[in-house]
Amino acid sequence: MLYQETGQFITDYRLDKRFFRLKQERWAFAALLACAFLLVPAIGNDYWFSAILIPFLVLSLAGLGLNLLTGYAGQLSLGSAAFMAVGAFATYNFHLRVEGLPLLASLILGGLTAGGVGLLFGLPSLRIKGFYLIVSTLAAQFFVLWVFTNFSWFSNHSSSGVITAPRLQLLGIDLNSPVGRYLLTLTVVLALGLLAKTIVSGELGRKWMAVRDMDTAAAVIGISVPKTKLLAFAISSFYLGIAGALWAFTYLGTVEPHGFDLSRSFQILFIIIIGGMGSILGSFLGAAFIVLFPILLSNVSSGLLAGAIDPGQLENFQKMMFGALIIFFLIKEPNGLAQVWLTLKQRLRVWPLRF
Amino acid sequence: MKFLGKHRWLWLALGLAVTSVSTQVQAANEQYFPLQSYRIGPYAAGGSGFFGGFIDYLQYVNAKEGGVNGVKFTWSECETEYVVEKGVECYERLKKGLNGAPAAATNPLSVGIAYATLERSTADKLPLITINHGRTDSTDGSVFPYAFPLQLNPYSEVSAIVNYIGQQSGGLDKLKGKKIVTLYHGSPYGKETSPILELLAKKYGFELTLLEVPHPGNEQQSQWLSIRRIKPDWVILRGWGVMNPVALKTAQKTGFPADHIIGNIWSNSEDDAAPAGNAAKGFISITTHPSGTSFPVLQGINQYVVKAGKGNLQDPKRFGNVYYNLGVVNGILNVEAVRVAQVKFGKRPLTGEEVRWGFENIKLDDARLKELGALGLVQPLKLSCADHEGGGAVRFQQWDGSKWKVISEWVQADRQLLRPIIEKSSHEYAKEKGITPRDCSKEEVAAK
Repeated sequence: MLYQETGQFITDYRLDKRFFRLKQERWAFAALLACAFLLVPAIGNDYWFSAILIPFLVLSLAGLGLNLLTGYAGQLSLGSAAFMAVGAFATYNFHLRVEGLPLLASLILGGLTAGGVGLLFGLPSLRIKGFYLIVSTLAAQFFVLWVFTNFSWFSNHSSSGVITAPRLQLLGIDLNSPVGRYLLTLTVVLALGLLAKTIVSGELGRKWMAVRDMDTAAAVIGISVPKTKLLAFAISSFYLGIAGALWAFTYLGTVEPHGFDLSRSFQILFIIIIGGMGSILGSFLGAAFIVLFPILLSNVSSGLLAGAIDPGQLENFQKMMFGALIIFFLIKEPNGLAQVWLTLKQRLRVWPLRF
Repeated sequence: MKFLGKHRWLWLALGLAVTSVSTQVQAANEQYFPLQSYRIGPYAAGGSGFFGGFIDYLQYVNAKEGGVNGVKFTWSECETEYVVEKGVECYERLKKGLNGAPAAATNPLSVGIAYATLERSTADKLPLITINHGRTDSTDGSVFPYAFPLQLNPYSEVSAIVNYIGQQSGGLDKLKGKKIVTLYHGSPYGKETSPILELLAKKYGFELTLLEVPHPGNEQQSQWLSIRRIKPDWVILRGWGVMNPVALKTAQKTGFPADHIIGNIWSNSEDDAAPAGNAAKGFISITTHPSGTSFPVLQGINQYVVKAGKGNLQDPKRFGNVYYNLGVVNGILNVEAVRVAQVKFGKRPLTGEEVRWGFENIKLDDARLKELGALGLVQPLKLSCADHEGGGAVRFQQWDGSKWKVISEWVQADRQLLRPIIEKSSHEYAKEKGITPRDCSKEEVAAK
């Protein structure tokens, strides 16, 4: 019995509120962190850092941002990429225009700006719900990109509208190497992930879930629905903004507004649908599926089938396979990968006995 | 255990993949080209033609001469779909070489991917070739040692187009009061030249209107309605992929004559004009290389590669078209760089750093081009540490309904005007990034 709970008693409220209630979970998490911070930098290569781990972490964070809004507070949105763009461009401009501002401060200011813009586009949510709300967030998607494309001030009058990353430096340590960028991303994502866990298990998270499940009932028990919804938009956009800045600066090193187009918003939406709505872990699992699986397919097929099939056809074939897997998976487990994890945990509790 | 058991096939596939990677053997004496190609998506026509020509030229050199001085060429492809993130992934995957064969240079044929891999290329010491496109200020090799916008950078391109319009109007001074509209693709590539067009408009006194077409360019109704209102003398089409035929068709619908539309370097292929049908008749575009199969080098490719059934193109009719020939030109320049570098560093597979030296010392005059069988296909080119572009001239061609006809001699860009702008921009970049520019006067002495 790998997942035994016997002998672990919860004796006070503080213990009950811990992130991980079981000893095994705490150990596993500590091992995971040690692995991510010590082992991976020691054995990873450029390809793993630059092409796999960093985009995975950044999209996890973006998925987490949308999950707070859609999964926990029940507000549908298709404007995720727009808030990412705001975060990226705001961080760039803060860093460029405020002399001597530390990187982390620019990042937070960029996130706050995105939060502000998110709040603004969240206002319609006070009057409209569901699919109608999607349309208003879609407006954010188009409007924000239009602004960044048409006003060259935002890209420091770069003729092509592309912004490039500032020198990544934190407390005098140069982070421009792939390992440095990975560690920076990992630290930010970990901190925000833990913060999100605190938020959703606290008072605000409960309010969000109350509004999500039935806003009339929430209002009746004294929750201020407008305030709760707007906070969800602001905090979610803050997360997305930070994710956008990381996407631009630690992953690609450069970005143009159209890097944050509608298809990116869809990608983030798929991450939370596949990973699991209303689950922190789900955001990470979803991002892993969306980011890593196509890369795995492409690596496997270019290793196994190289030369046998036309490269373009091979790519189409991978797309079909990926699509088929998504459909299969959602039929089998509509609640996402997070639910698979819960089921697995449940089985491990009784293993080797059967149910 | 049941959970694992149910997914046995997945583990099997994984295991197979791992073993297939680990059983590859070490291959010696080969020079590798990582190809970030794209054969699907809205830009497939460009990608499959260009990379087809590039691969066929490498095959031709292998088949005819056994490579360069006994060093054979090898390559592998990674599909990017012209998507920046995929391009970065492919770059990181392939940059280390293949089975021990070192990578010579990367050729992404995408401005977005080039921007995203520019700093990586510099850090990895691997030349980044952006033939006919790319970041203009990377022409200044003292700041961008590893980027090569060969033949024609975007600024030279528009400058040459404006010079041609001047010629057609009877002198550059006649440009005053003319109206020119530039219809551009909404991407870094499309926007790159806007400031230069504005500068030229101020200098020559023509009225310029810049109209953006959002990616990928299927929807242009409102832009062409604006054009009808403006009634310009010329429209410069700065398109890419599907945007070009749509532009020509919409122009016909709104009654704008095709022979007053000038396509830029990525609006100049058969794949851009032919799908527009008779709307394209009379359409003018620039080119750095004519299409056609009469050049000895293309005859050679036909004999050694295509007839041997190894041609890379799926549709044999595209052999010798604009994109294909650009791929061949790109192949000639890459192979030439390896050849030049081998003279200095020895007849063996070279590192990216050594190949970069080769690129900086390419010197193609008419005699050399004749030897290569590419006289008239490639423009005379001389690169140096300070000048990573080398040429800067274009010819104009017109679509007669079924093929391109060259209608002008080489029209040169105003490189004197552009150079200070390029240097200002590259030095700004150097300052922003904390780069100390190389001293090119020293390098050139050392090379002699």
